[in-house]
Formats: sequence, C-alpha cells, structure tokens
Amino acid sequence: MTDRIRKATRHVNQNEGLIFEKSSAGKAAWKVPPLDVPEVDSASLLGGIERKDLGNMPEVSEIEIIRHFTRLSTWNYAIDLGMYPLGSCTMKYNPRVNEAVARVEGIANGHPYQPEKISQGALQIIKTLSQCLIEITGMDAITLQPAAGAHGEMTGLLMVRAYHHSQGRPRKKVLIPDSAHGTNPATAAMVDYAVENLKSDSRGMVDISALAAQMNEDVAALMLTNPNTLGVFEQDIHKIADILHAKGGLLYMDGANMNALVGKVRPGDFGVDLMHLNLHKTFSTPHGGGGPGSGPVAVKTILEPFLPKPVLINKPDGTLGFEYNRPQSVGRVRAFYGNFGMFVRALAYIQANGPDGLRQTTEDAVLNANYIRKGLEGTYELPYATPTMHEVVFSDKLQAKKGVRTMDIAKRLIDYGFHPYTTAFPLIVPGAMMIEPTESESIEELDFFVEAMKSIADEVEENPQTVLDAPHSTRVSRLDETAAARKPVLRWKPVV
Amino acid sequence: MAYPTDRKYTKEHEWILANGNTATIGITNYAQESLGDIVFVELPKVGAELTAGKTFGTVESVKAVSDLFAPVSGTVTEINADLATSPENVNKDAHAAWMIRISLKDPKQLDSLLSSSDYEKFVAEEGGH
Repeated sequence: MTDRIRKATRHVNQNEGLIFEKSSAGKAAWKVPPLDVPEVDSASLLGGIERKDLGNMPEVSEIEIIRHFTRLSTWNYAIDLGMYPLGSCTMKYNPRVNEAVARVEGIANGHPYQPEKISQGALQIIKTLSQCLIEITGMDAITLQPAAGAHGEMTGLLMVRAYHHSQGRPRKKVLIPDSAHGTNPATAAMVDYAVENLKSDSRGMVDISALAAQMNEDVAALMLTNPNTLGVFEQDIHKIADILHAKGGLLYMDGANMNALVGKVRPGDFGVDLMHLNLHKTFSTPHGGGGPGSGPVAVKTILEPFLPKPVLINKPDGTLGFEYNRPQSVGRVRAFYGNFGMFVRALAYIQANGPDGLRQTTEDAVLNANYIRKGLEGTYELPYATPTMHEVVFSDKLQAKKGVRTMDIAKRLIDYGFHPYTTAFPLIVPGAMMIEPTESESIEELDFFVEAMKSIADEVEENPQTVLDAPHSTRVSRLDETAAARKPVLRWKPVV
Repeated sequence: MAYPTDRKYTKEHEWILANGNTATIGITNYAQESLGDIVFVELPKVGAELTAGKTFGTVESVKAVSDLFAPVSGTVTEINADLATSPENVNKDAHAAWMIRISLKDPKQLDSLLSSSDYEKFVAEEGGH
C-alpha cells in the first residue's frame, strides 16, 4: 500500500512544547559587555513607574530558540514544499523577485509618517499599481486600503450603500447566488442589508429567469463571483448586468477567482460596477500565515466620489499627494494607506510578468485545472459538465457508497504529500472536492496529484478503513474539530 | 431512516409538529447528517414574528453556517434554551431536539407542506448519497 505513495516519505520530526515551558530561571541568549559609562539609578528617575516584574518571559538559550522555531517549521506544509490545491484560494507560488524588491532599503525603511515630499517613490508605487489594476480590471478608479478580500467586500458594499443614499433611494436587499463565496452573505449582513438567495441552474450558473423575477427596486446590488465557485464562467454576464442596471441595481463582482481572467477579459467590459481583488491570490503575495492580505476595490466612475479617503492625487506642483477633502467618501477603512508591503510585491509580480506573461499565467492556470479534470474524470464524479476554468469541483458520490466522504479523502491526501483540496464547498455540491492547482505546478507535480487521487480511489474500493483512519503519517491524526468549536480554549495557562 | 408520521416537513429540511393552534419546529435527521457536528444554534427571541419561507435563525456546524426557514407564519412562544449549551442534542436526535414553539397564524398553511413519505422521497432524490 505504501509503495503507492511516491511523492512523500516519512521524515522524522521532533516533539516540541511551548517556548514558555522550556524556560529555566537565569538562562539567557544574550550577554552585555561590562558597563563603561556611569551607572544610572533608573528607580530614582522613574520612581513608582519603574517596572521590575517583566511577567512570564521565557528564559532560554540561543540554540534553544533556534531549535524551537526550526522544529515547529518542520511541522508545516507550505507552497514551497508542494502543491496546495485549495479551491478558490489560488495558493500560487510567491516569486522571490517580489521579496527582493520589498527589501530594497528605501522601500523597506519607509514610514507612513514621512512627509509626502520625501515619500514620492512610495506614492509612485501606489499610483503605478493602481493604474495596472485599473487596466487589468477595466474599471475607472481604485482604493488599495482594504486589508483583505472580505474587507474589500465590506468597503465595496459601504460604497453601494452611500451611492444609493446619494440617489435618494436607500435600498434594502442584496442578491447572492447559492454558488457564492461564504463571505458574500456575511458582508451584506454586516453592512445591514437583507440577503436574498439566488438559485443556480443545471449548468451551475445564475438562473436568468429567477434573477429577473427577484430583481426589483429594493435590490441594492448583486454580489457575483465570476468564475463562480464551481469554476464555471457566468456566460450570461451581460444579461445579468442588464437586468440589474434596468432596475437601478449595481453589479458587485467578487474578484477572488480573477486568476482565471487576467489578460483575457475585463470585468469593467462586461458590466461590473465594482469589484475587489485579492493581491494575496491573483497577484502572488503571500497567502495564509505568510503575510497580511490586501483587497483593493476597483469601481466605475459613478462610485468614485465614495472611495475611502485619503485618495492619491497629482498635485498642481507635479508631485503626488493625498487628498482628504472628499465629502462623499465612506471614510477611512484602514490605518494609513493599506498593506503597502503587499503593493510592492504585487507590482513586482505584474511588472516581472508584463502583459503577455500575465496572460500566460491565466492560460496555464486554466490548462492545469483542466488537466486534473481530465485525469480524474470517471474516478470521481463530476457534478457539472460545464467547462472548467481555473478550478474543478468533483464530488464524493462514488466513494460515499463505501462510506468514505470528501473529508476522508482530503485527509488521506496528506499521507501522499499534498495539502488537502477544499472540502464540502461549494455548498450546492454535496460532498464537494474543490481543486485549484494554479499555474505554478509542473506537469510532473500534476501527474503525482492525479496518481495520488486515483490511488486513494482504489484504496476506497479495496480497504476503505485506510482512508477513513487517515492521515497516518502526521504528528497528530484527526483532531476533534467539534470540541474545538464548541469549547474553545483560547488562552495558554502555565501548569501550576 | 423512517421519518415520524406525526409531523410535516419542508424542502429546506425543517420539521413541524402541530398541536391545535401551536406547533413545534426543528430540523430533520437528514439536515443534521448533512451539516455534520453542530456547534451553534441561533434562535429568535420569544415574541418574534415568523413569515413562511423566511429565515428565523441559523445553525452552524464544523462545515458551514445554514439558515433556518420558517415552514409557516406565526409568533414564537418558546425557544429550546438547552441548545445554547448543548447544540450536540440536534445531532443526537434531531426529531426530538426541537428549536422553537410558535402560535400559528394560519393553520391551513400546514396543508401545503410535505408528508413524511413525500419528504423521504425528496431526500432520496436530492442527496443521491
């Protein structure tokens, strides 16, 4: 059985407790030279506010610190170790050129409190990235402030609300297809809109007649992910936009799946009024624990007055600066100007690839997803026959007959050396297995993946228990997710 | 799974057990099974008005958060407060772990809901597994 696992071998990893637990009194990783200046009595200067008790700080040696973090790092799976096929997450490679640029001294040491006149380089980075993203999306204006995708959605819907308010017609509802990202209804509820669900048709697309029936002048916007979470392009997107616009509604696009579109089509050209991008997905900045996100929101001219402030402008003297006098703005949504470090990386990625390179990444991302689809069709059930874009959704229907579900297969995939795919989402596919390889993977890695998935399907037939008990090769096997959600322990306490 | 014949069902997987002008509402065994381990149940306040087909609460599992839909219109008279601390009761016995009691606005609305055999058929088609 184990000879089927070609990509992964067992690698000894070491147990490691919390660094606080390694502490012993008086141990230190530093030593200061003898004092060669007159000693100052800090207590006489500070009086009662001098702090003597530093609380519970770990006292450990240098090698203990290094081993502690190195050991922990070996417990991780990362994009630098292998494919990370989490659907709708676009876990692509983070090119090293991004990091090289982000470490250029003038960029790395800049501070948002620097006067504008000595921040012109940083402002130029913001301006150039804004122009690139406007060009890629076909929109008219942009804010880079939001800290990640869901924050971008919220910023977008605040602008939708401000727009309708300015028209003298505040509206009550936001329509959301059942194939949408889970953050969409959450965002609409946060911004105090009622959420109305929109059913998908048998192609896995928005049901146009249902949309027409549900659309009225109470609807503020439709939040649409395109391609949607089935990896399917909404082919009726122009009709959808027309139905919305005829009744004065706005079309919001969740741009999380933009990796399927960059350089091929532009949302601004197919009727989208506003959308967010995820720099940590499409534009290769670190995703997950590797760094903060960034969720710019691009808009059409009608929404420009409502952009968060301050807004970057060209000043009369030819320099760049921020404008704060924006009476219709929804206000500031993030400290300073957003996650600037991510702007640098995204711009490095865009400029290193250039227009043709970006188009190529889109084509390769779609090609890779279709390669996996072809490789696994027949082994796993494909619930929608509609062509696949950047991600493919299978279901566990065939394996469920043996009592094995999507979560079990995902756990077994870990033993084969892969990060699991996205399980049980989208919700409209029972037992969903959502796979997004991105353009980063070579044909060899894709073959390993297809082979692993086929091998697991064989195991389900021959010895389902192996899959049901997986993973077998990890430090811990199945964690009690239910207990963690029902009775979370949120704080470490020392053992007394 | 045999679904109790003493009550009616919805395509959104709620059950409703009527008794004169009042009724008790919960989710079906199929619903709890599809959701997986339930970790949180959010219910309306006593006195809240329900409209047939509209949401009245949410149920959160380790997989997802799902809306609860009112099978009929009415006014909430009682909620099952035990579910706040023991949401797992829904997984243990969905047909006993009721969520809310309501006074019915129009008992005739019950007639349009599914019988246990209709619901069983519906579930067999929808799930497929």
